Amino acid sequence: MATTLSRPAARAASAAPARRPRRQSWLRRHVVQIFAAVALLYMFLPVAYVIAFSFNNPSDRYNSTWNSFTFSNWTDVCGPAGVCDSLKLSLEIGALATLGATVLGTLIAFALARRRFGGRATTNLLIFLPMATPEVVMGSSLLTLFVNLQVPLGFWTIVIAHITFDISFVVVTVKARLQGLDSRLEQAAMDLYANEWQTFRRITFPLVFPGILGAALLAFSLSFDDFIITNFNSGQTVTFPMFVWGASLRSIPPQVNVVGSIMFVASLGLALVGQVFYRRRRA
Amino acid sequence: MTPTAGAPAGDLRLVELTKDFGSAVAVDCLSLTIPAGSFFALLGPSGCGKTTTLRMVAGLEEPTSGRIYLGDDDVTDRKAYKRPVNTVFQNYALFPHLNVFDNIAFGLRRRGVKDVKAQVDRMLDVVELQGFGVRRPSQLSGGQQQRIALARALINTPQVLLLDEPLGALDLKLRRQMQLELKRIQTDVGLTFVHVTHDQEEAMTMADTIAVMNNGKIEQLGSPVDLYENPSTVFVANFLGQSNLVAAQIVGTQGADLLLDVQGRKLTMPAARNCATGDSVYVGVRPEKVRLVPAGASVDLPGHNVLDGVVIDASYTGVTTQYVVRMAWGQDLMVIAANVGNEVRLTAGANAHLVWDASDTFGLEATGDIAEGIETIDEAGS
Ligand SMILES: Nc1ncnc2c1ncn2[C@@H]1O[C@H](COP(=O)(O)OP(=O)(O)OP(=O)(O)O)[C@@H](O)[C@H]1O
Ligand SMILES: [Mg+2]
Repeated sequence: MATTLSRPAARAASAAPARRPRRQSWLRRHVVQIFAAVALLYMFLPVAYVIAFSFNNPSDRYNSTWNSFTFSNWTDVCGPAGVCDSLKLSLEIGALATLGATVLGTLIAFALARRRFGGRATTNLLIFLPMATPEVVMGSSLLTLFVNLQVPLGFWTIVIAHITFDISFVVVTVKARLQGLDSRLEQAAMDLYANEWQTFRRITFPLVFPGILGAALLAFSLSFDDFIITNFNSGQTVTFPMFVWGASLRSIPPQVNVVGSIMFVASLGLALVGQVFYRRRRA
Repeated sequence: MTPTAGAPAGDLRLVELTKDFGSAVAVDCLSLTIPAGSFFALLGPSGCGKTTTLRMVAGLEEPTSGRIYLGDDDVTDRKAYKRPVNTVFQNYALFPHLNVFDNIAFGLRRRGVKDVKAQVDRMLDVVELQGFGVRRPSQLSGGQQQRIALARALINTPQVLLLDEPLGALDLKLRRQMQLELKRIQTDVGLTFVHVTHDQEEAMTMADTIAVMNNGKIEQLGSPVDLYENPSTVFVANFLGQSNLVAAQIVGTQGADLLLDVQGRKLTMPAARNCATGDSVYVGVRPEKVRLVPAGASVDLPGHNVLDGVVIDASYTGVTTQYVVRMAWGQDLMVIAANVGNEVRLTAGANAHLVWDASDTFGLEATGDIAEGIETIDEAGS
């Protein structure tokens, strides 16, 4: 770090010797911000590209060169066949998978964190497996299972597949939150005449809720995003990622960029709301 | 069955209560009766099982064996929320997501009380935190949190209030003030208080009865005066205040007195004050009961005990002067002399007689370490 810093500083010194110490200390003081800015630029350049090209009126099939500015992609999101159908399907699958995985995963997390039972250690270990298994393996094994059981592939097999991999993430997230919760708080509630249910409703749940919410958001984005496992188990059903993939072989409608932009802005908005809410609660 | 505040109170009885954590026996066959409406203090060194005892009474820890009775009710198997008992936790355990008002109102609301505002405000008055209702626990100092924990339990006026070092984080002035307030509430409402403390003075000034605990057992139980004047074990003699203990042999009797031999010197002790069963005893006397007389002065008073030694330290503390006097056999004894104005002040190196009324002498069973309980005073005081 010292060498990278001294070089521009030395150049500045030859130009304006009197200002040399100030220049150097400015760089030193801002080195963290500079690195952060570079990293953020690196991360958000593709996003900026997606948003910018959602306003492009493409001249080619792939929406890859800037032609002229237009709002028509935004006003006509559902124009090209398949965009909105696949989007709606992905949102539905995401919602169902999130619901299923969050409920099941939260219950498992409570059992693992609060109860002593036979096979607890094994469960703890096995719950990590879906996270560690390569998606290709998981997708193909699920397909084998469904075919063997003669379950028709489609909407519900996708939901089941998504719940399978979402659960692990929910369990890990909620369990971490539960383990950070001081059990003496629950005891204090019991001491103050709250029965088991009231203790859960008034103390445990509100304190664990941020963890559950975080887990649900994570589960949704994993489900919405998934391509590989979905592709194995979808049959004739086309989710949004599959639609984009399929389209990219022929031509990508700029509406895909619109959907991408909306997703980005929505998650940014959620994060901001979460921050404000959190600050307010702490204040 | 729902707990009702101010229900006809009964004695709290612990019968052969034991808690074995596997790694340690925290409470060891403890039997105890705490009369209804009394202020009871549990005093003992760190780790002796005080918190565990309270937790079993509250219903937060299941006893390994033994029973707990409240009046005529056996509450051993009753859930915590069904016991008319509230706890002020050693670590406060305030609910971080609720503000101070909701924390204090928690117990009342769980019992279906609708209009809690007046009571909560009165409670905030009592703990001198008016206007703090909207704050979160994380925005309070340690002492303020402790007072909220107190308010949260007190507002329920339970039959039995368990206080686990409830004043530990307060400064001296606030501590004295809260002690008075607690004592006032206890006598006003007639609640049974079980108060765990490290602070001997606090236990002595507030409690009707003190139980000194050690290693999961009650060493001795009695009124503050009784415990201090008549300690029955070495641990209590050393833990509660200070004691001069020396090993002695009983060599005979003379009327109501026992004749003792301490390293060749003759002492006497009222037979009634001897707790030991054998001929080997530890004899003790409290340091403030001993007078220090310069060597050479006449000390041949009837009914007094005398030992000789050399002053090795004299420290002036204002109200008293504390002397450390070394005996011929190498043991150091302590004398605390009140600075009343006309006494002869001795300095280090002076030869002196230690003189005390023979009736102030007590005898303890000479088993175990003669210094047992001394170390813990320093710990507790710090
Ligand atoms: N949950 C537990 N599991 C195992 N051992 C425990 C547990 N709780 C307490 N103990 C042990 O039991 C003994 C008594 O603990 P307890 O908390 O009752 O002490 P205490 O008298 O309240 O001490 P302090 O004055 O430091 O608060 C200690 O040796 C402690 O290590
Ligand atoms: Mg304790």
